Amino acid sequence: MKTRDYKRAYVWQLAVRIFHWANALSITLLIITGYLIAHPPAIRSTAEASTQFWFGYIREIHFMSAYLMFAVLFLRLYYAIVGNKYANWKVFVPFNKKGLTGIWHTIKHDVLLLNDKEYNYKDSVHVGHNNVAAVSYLAMFFMAIIMIFTGFGMYAANATWFLPKMFAWVPEFFGGDMNIRWIHHITMWAFILFVVVHVYLVFYHDWLEGHGESSSMISGYKFVRTERVAEANDNTENAVK
Amino acid sequence: MEQQENKNNETYYESVVRQGYDRRDFLKFVAFIGAYMGVESTSLGQIAKTLATKPRLPVIWEHFQECTCCSESFIRSDHPIVADIILDKISLDYTLTLMAASGHQAEAAKKATMDKYKGEYILCVEGSVPLGDDGNYCCIGGRSAIDILKESAAGAKAIIAWGSCATTGCVQAAKPNPTGATPIDQIITDKPIINVPGCPPIGEVMAGIIVHVVAFDRLPELDGAGRPKSFYSKRVHDSCYRRPYFDAGLFVENFDDENAKKGYCLYKVGCKGPTTYNACGNIKWNGGVSYPIQSGHGCLGCSAKNFWDAGSFYSREQAMGGGVESDSDTLGKVVLGAVATGIGAHAVLSNVSKRKELTRRIEAGQENEQKIKE
Ligand code: SF4
Ligand code: SF4
Repeated sequence: MKTRDYKRAYVWQLAVRIFHWANALSITLLIITGYLIAHPPAIRSTAEASTQFWFGYIREIHFMSAYLMFAVLFLRLYYAIVGNKYANWKVFVPFNKKGLTGIWHTIKHDVLLLNDKEYNYKDSVHVGHNNVAAVSYLAMFFMAIIMIFTGFGMYAANATWFLPKMFAWVPEFFGGDMNIRWIHHITMWAFILFVVVHVYLVFYHDWLEGHGESSSMISGYKFVRTERVAEANDNTENAVK
Repeated sequence: MEQQENKNNETYYESVVRQGYDRRDFLKFVAFIGAYMGVESTSLGQIAKTLATKPRLPVIWEHFQECTCCSESFIRSDHPIVADIILDKISLDYTLTLMAASGHQAEAAKKATMDKYKGEYILCVEGSVPLGDDGNYCCIGGRSAIDILKESAAGAKAIIAWGSCATTGCVQAAKPNPTGATPIDQIITDKPIINVPGCPPIGEVMAGIIVHVVAFDRLPELDGAGRPKSFYSKRVHDSCYRRPYFDAGLFVENFDDENAKKGYCLYKVGCKGPTTYNACGNIKWNGGVSYPIQSGHGCLGCSAKNFWDAGSFYSREQAMGGGVESDSDTLGKVVLGAVATGIGAHAVLSNVSKRKELTRRIEAGQENEQKIKE
């Protein structure tokens, strides 16, 4: 049986990976604390209020995670310009002919689970993001923008720092705090659904393709067929390392 | 008419003295109202001086779609001089509910003020204006509210929109808003407008705003929604005396439980304090006696925009709208369940459909594994 030769390709740069995990951590904390803020559990306690502050801490964790998420978003935006070709912003707007074909192929191949007549690794296995994933990250970017505006909008009235204060106009613009609370809450659910689908699809691709999909976000490397790497490189010493 | 002329030239100080107050009472009032307005103590002199030297400001107070709770709140404000100085003197020119004159005589008095003090008088508006069916839902003296508003706004120096009706439309503007009730700042766009939301606004807040306009001859500092910052920049939640219970995570679960008796936070029984900008926690009501939360009931959010459409008073959830009656959490859980089911199905089906591809890789992998020599 013919087996393939693989080469190691450095796909996710360090900053991109740091962004990924900081973002994942903050989103997880934000969802947990956010849900608790919306639905605080009934705690029966005989202790005096003066000795307790757990709900205050929950809110503090929520705010700190929000700042973390906000900060790493800028790191990622910077890498959308200076990063490698897999990190570039153009990846996330695949709305040209090639991109749309890619989106359709990924939907057929990975969502509807149809197979091509002739297996074509170039269409089916993606080195960076596949086009559907890229669109979902674009959507997540806009979800994050919604969260930042509504979140800091609610936070602004109590803030002393200029940054959250810049969002003080938001509640009024969307018809009051109750409305933006609602938008914030709905978008939290969108994040929950995103996380579930995202994690599942990472496992699915790793399971099916075996190219190191999940570990690539730790190591930065993925494994690609030798044919993908230009011939010229084959002779360099680098290639055999 | 003659008598009114005289009173018009009277200063505020002269008028309270005529009412039997002495200078000490007057200065106490200045300190009292200045404190509510949140001005520095050095500005108190200016307030006292202006009220003692300036002839009183003509005010026209219009009533449209409203329940008069704003006027009620106003005349019950804490300090007796508030009622005397402001109600008797300032709003003497025209206010349907409280003036002595009526019918044509009243309308004539208003017309006279509007002509004589064109560009100088303050227009106070209580109530929203219905724009549906040519404005026929609210007519006074045979004229529609929108007509009257446009006429009296034309010569006004500034407009004060009292209460949630005039600032956001309140209950009559709740969905589906059958009369097309519209807040003032959506109709009059070429005049400075102070929005004073609340159902009703606190009497001392109303008095403080009027005195500010009179004493400093300019509008108080306003926020993005046109509300005076000194009264509406903080949420009820931010100055609530039950806030320590909120931060401690101690909540009333039911109105009749032990926690309610202990006075815990009302967040879980629908308190809208965290989303409502008002001064209830500081100034309180009825002369600082209490306010809703102190009496054991959550804030309804009466000064928040469209609070009638913001879901139940006893829950912080909102229906999804657009025909979907469930709240966002129920919907979220249903969608999450559907997605989880979809993922399960996908996991099973991909084992079937990708079998060939998978087997090829597994076999190749096993073959390589055999070849590895340790
Ligand atoms: S009772 Fe209402 S306003 Fe007071 S702390 Fe609780 S949630 Fe906030
Ligand atoms: S506590 Fe809330 S509902 Fe009650 S008067 Fe104040 S703002 Fe209005």
